[in-house]
Amino acid sequence: MDDIWAGLLAAFRLIVTLDDDLVEITLRSLQVSLTALVVASVIALPFGTWLAIRRFRFRRATIATLNALMGLPPVVVGLIVYLLLSRSGPFGVMGLLFTPTAMIVAQVIIITPLIASLTHQAMRELWAEYHDLLISLNTTPAQRVMTLIWDGRRALLTGALAGFGRAIGEVGAIMIVGGNIDNATRVLTTAIALETGKGDFALALGLGFVLIALALLVNFAIHALSRTEREGTW
Amino acid sequence: MVNPAVTLTKLSVRRRGKAILGPLDLTLEGRGPTIVLGPNGAGKTTLLKVLNGVERISSGQINWNVPDKQVREMQAYVFQRPTMLRRSVRQNLAYPLELLGRPKRQIAEDVRNWAAQVGLTGMLDDPAPRLSGGEKQKLALARALIREPKVLFLDEPCANLDGRATREIEQVLSEAQAAGTRIIMTTHDLGQARRLASDVVFLLNGLVHEQGPALQIFQNPQEIETKAFINGDIVE
Repeated sequence: MDDIWAGLLAAFRLIVTLDDDLVEITLRSLQVSLTALVVASVIALPFGTWLAIRRFRFRRATIATLNALMGLPPVVVGLIVYLLLSRSGPFGVMGLLFTPTAMIVAQVIIITPLIASLTHQAMRELWAEYHDLLISLNTTPAQRVMTLIWDGRRALLTGALAGFGRAIGEVGAIMIVGGNIDNATRVLTTAIALETGKGDFALALGLGFVLIALALLVNFAIHALSRTEREGTW
Repeated sequence: MVNPAVTLTKLSVRRRGKAILGPLDLTLEGRGPTIVLGPNGAGKTTLLKVLNGVERISSGQINWNVPDKQVREMQAYVFQRPTMLRRSVRQNLAYPLELLGRPKRQIAEDVRNWAAQVGLTGMLDDPAPRLSGGEKQKLALARALIREPKVLFLDEPCANLDGRATREIEQVLSEAQAAGTRIIMTTHDLGQARRLASDVVFLLNGLVHEQGPALQIFQNPQEIETKAFINGDIVE
C-alpha cells in the first residue's frame, strides 16, 4: 500500500513540476502510438469494411485469420520486426532498428488486425441495413465502402480507440525493436519496465498513473471532438 | 424520350433450391402506373428487386428497351421499410446527387425543392433515423425522385401509414407520374390500387396469374383467385 501512495505522490510531483524526462517520454509515447493508430486505421478501416461487403472464395478463412491475428503476441511481432530491420535483414539497409519508426511499424502490425476485425463486425451490421439501398442506387464498391465508413464512424471510433489502447500500453515489441534508449526510443511503458527492474517502484507506479491518465485523456478528447455522446443515437 | 418497357423471359429466382419467383414471361410497358398485387409470399417484392437489380436471378433474361448501361441509372427504388442513412434529412436527400457528381449549388437547390415538395422543409437538419414512419417514407420517396428516375419502383410505400400520410404520398406519386416517371408498385391496399393503377399484374405463388388493364382486372377478372383477392377473400 505504501508503494501505491508513493507512486501517486511521485506521479503528482512529476506532473506538477512538468518533469523534463516525463514530458519527453510522454510526448514520444503519444507520437509513436498515435502515428501507429493513424497508419493502422488507414489500412484497417477500408479493409474491414471491404471484408463486410465483399463475397469471395476464402472470405471465411480470411475473417478467421484476422480474428486470430488479434491475439498476436507482441513479443513475437517485435522479434519478427527486429529480424526484418536488423542489419542482416531484408530492410536492414534502411537503418530503422532502434528508432521510433521501428516502434511504429511493430505497433501497426499489432493493432491493424484488431481494428480491422472490430471494423468488420460493425460494418457487417451496417451493410445488412444499407445493402438494398446502396445496390439500388447503383453505387460503386468504393462508394459503398466510403458510405459505410462515414455512417459507421462512431462504431469505428470505438475500434480505433481499442487499437490505441493496445498500442499505448504495449511494451514487449517496442522494447525489442526500440531498445528503450534514453532520449531516443524510451516511452512510458518501457520506462516503467526499466524502473521496475531497478526497484524504483514509486517512479514506475508514477509513470503508470501518468500512462493511465494519458489513455483516458486521449479517449475523452477523441469522443469530445467527434461529439459521440451527443449524437450517438443516430 | 423512349418509354421504358421491360420484358422478362423465362425468369426465375430460386433460394436454397426453393422457387421464389417464376418461371415468368412478362412484359411491362405503357406509361401509367403498374400495380403488382398478390397475397403475402406471392413474389411481389422479389419481382421488384429483380427488376431493379437488387436481387439476382437464377435463370432467364430481363430486357429493358434501353441500353444496359442506362438501365440502373434511370431507376430508383423505395423500400417497404425505408432505409435511412445515419445522417440528417438534408444529407439523405443530397446523397444520390452526390453519387452522380452534381455541383454542390445544384444539390442544395434540389434538396430544398424536394424537401418542400414532401413537407420536410422544417426538418432538414434533423437526424433522418429519428423521423416518424410517414416522414421516413416521404423522405425515401423524395430521395428516390430527386434523381429524376425514368422508372420508380415502390414496395408497399404506404404500408402502416395513416390516411393523411397515404394521401400525401399518392399526391407526390401522381405528380411524378405526370412528370414522366414510370411507376411500378406493389401494394396490399386494393383501394390504393384502384386509385393509382393503369395496369395490374396479379401474382400468385411466384407466377403471373393474371395481367391486364386495371379497369378490366378490377371489373371483370378472368381468374377465380384474382376475383377472390379483389373481393377481399383469403387467397393462398
